[in-house]
Amino acid sequence: MAAKFNLTDDTIVVIIGSGAGGGTLANELAQRGIKVVILEAGPRHEIEDFVNDEWESFGQLAWKDMRTTAGSWKVHRDFPNLPAWIVKAVGGSTVHWAGASLRFQEHEFKTRTVYGAIQGANLMDWPITLKDLEPYYAKAEDKMSVTRTNGIPGLPGNNNFKVLAAGAAKVGYKQVHTGRMAINSQPRGGRGSCQQIGFCFQGCKSGAKWSTLYTEIPKGEETGKLEVRPESHAARIEHDAAGKATGVVYFDKDGKQQRQKARIVCVAGNSIETPRLLLLSESSRFPNGLANSSGQVGRNYMRHMTGSVYAVFDKPVRMWRGTTMAGIVTDEAANNPQRGFVGGFEIETLSIGLPFMAAFLDPGAWGREFTSALDGYENMSGMWLVGEDMPQESNRVTLDPAAKDKWDLAVANVHFDDHQNDIAMRKYAHKAGSAVYEAVGATRTFPTPPYPSTHNLGTCRMSENPRDGVCNKFGQTHDVRNLFISDGSQFTTGGAENPTLTIVSLAIRQAEYIADEMGKKNI
Amino acid sequence: MAGNGNANKLDRRQFLAGVSTALIISGAALIHPAEAWGLEVKNLTPETMRTLIKMARDIYPHDRLADRFYAVAMKGYDEKAGSDAATRAMLETGVSTLDELARKKHGVTYADVDWEAERVALLRQIENDKFFQTVRGGLVVSLYNQKDVWPAFGYEGESASKGGYISRGFDDITWL
Repeated sequence: MAAKFNLTDDTIVVIIGSGAGGGTLANELAQRGIKVVILEAGPRHEIEDFVNDEWESFGQLAWKDMRTTAGSWKVHRDFPNLPAWIVKAVGGSTVHWAGASLRFQEHEFKTRTVYGAIQGANLMDWPITLKDLEPYYAKAEDKMSVTRTNGIPGLPGNNNFKVLAAGAAKVGYKQVHTGRMAINSQPRGGRGSCQQIGFCFQGCKSGAKWSTLYTEIPKGEETGKLEVRPESHAARIEHDAAGKATGVVYFDKDGKQQRQKARIVCVAGNSIETPRLLLLSESSRFPNGLANSSGQVGRNYMRHMTGSVYAVFDKPVRMWRGTTMAGIVTDEAANNPQRGFVGGFEIETLSIGLPFMAAFLDPGAWGREFTSALDGYENMSGMWLVGEDMPQESNRVTLDPAAKDKWDLAVANVHFDDHQNDIAMRKYAHKAGSAVYEAVGATRTFPTPPYPSTHNLGTCRMSENPRDGVCNKFGQTHDVRNLFISDGSQFTTGGAENPTLTIVSLAIRQAEYIADEMGKKNI
Repeated sequence: MAGNGNANKLDRRQFLAGVSTALIISGAALIHPAEAWGLEVKNLTPETMRTLIKMARDIYPHDRLADRFYAVAMKGYDEKAGSDAATRAMLETGVSTLDELARKKHGVTYADVDWEAERVALLRQIENDKFFQTVRGGLVVSLYNQKDVWPAFGYEGESASKGGYISRGFDDITWL
């Protein structure tokens, strides 16, 4: 049923990446009868291949190809070659995401207008509004079976959620629930309901969590219009004399160089690989990289303000039982500059197993202060703090001048410094989070630093004016009409919310636009 | 690790020789009479391996964990020393340096320094060295990723094959 297309077929849409953006876009186009080839750098693992084991799963799923880092962020010191924890496999990071599916707030599409000029921040209003995106949010929520939408009940709360909810109530938070999750609370969309296995980050063994791997991609393949090529690493996007994209050069599973012709190329490699590929595709016509006349490719790299709070109690919690992200407090999500920073943040439960807790609770720490914390593991509860960070031009993905990957391509270097606003928000959030746990009797709390990034955003931002960004409001690059950005790289600013729902919504909208423009022979 | 065959043959003098460590060197092997196991050291000197195991506990001390977990966690370095001369040199030199610091301060080798706090103070002097960083960086995985270690922390590991926790206590908290 899955299609098989010829390398010389120049009528197809080539999508690089198969995650939330690429996988969704591929199915949406295939459903409209458009021929699609997905080039996915990673292998294809199915549900039965997933393992409930943190390090083994990391070895199976994570993007471990060489990357370098720079800047004052702690990740550079603790994990110099692992700036991001994302997936290299069919399904991309929808294989390991937690499932939180939140819409952006209205003001988050117009931060320059609402927040004003913030020194050092490259704020800009999105070229679209919440109103523009609402119909697509609705389609995405239906497609992904998001709880608390479309009449779908919320998930039941696990132990970790119960601790959060009790503490949140005591400190006076009002908006506390088990989240809007793309994890089935009842069978829907051909997927069963959540078995409270835990290990959401290691690939959902029951398939209750939405992932393009076993939803969008097989649905697209059933149309006979979609071919997925795993272990196909895109190396370069080519163009003709007129500056139109003509195809993609890639290395196949045997390491052999191939060239797939294309009518349209869509890049959805996550916000580190997407700008890397555009930069690697420089030519005499595009000397600074493809679609980079603005100079913004790779800039404004955002990773969300993040941090965690873990707390130890005098009695067991067993936070690892059940969904990893089991509940949310949204009271701090609004923009309320009186707190000493602009933008807001979400409080979401999080649990990691003992092996990852040892590695991530306080990277590099040792001795009794550290091990006594781990001795309290069974009595521990955990939350993740995720908020809007400030885009900065100098936070940037560039090509490393020295390091090369196994295909001799320059690897990505990720430079990041926290903005003062990010630091102020994290400090406040760590305090707010600790207060929640102290309210229900925590004997010790740990304000935990950010992990390697899971939300990578903004490196090919949308802009009204081609001077200010890389793509327009449909993700179409300003410089190359048949080249699209189809992942979180498009984000003009990051919002406080977990980005997947917005990426999926933008992909649905982009598919509609591409099909329309193809029909009109504009591209 | 081998069985406990040699442990019974050790005489009283040998027991007393290892003052602050329960690990006894016998030829190319480390013997742990109290826990009844032995470990053949193939590529490092047994003294170095004994020190590395002591160091492992000092880096990540868990009083509820037996020495064998630390030995298992460090065993990989002996194997790596066999295939990689640079690693072997780094470990042997690192331990010598540590012993030198211990002799200067306490007149005995690192493993024979009585108090954990005193040994930790020596480790703090070398914590930014490649030797320490390598040992700690490997240990944080090789110790905590042992499935046999998890029960000591209450961690239950894999759950999918048991049907998850939907009927096994995902929401069984009672004390709130």
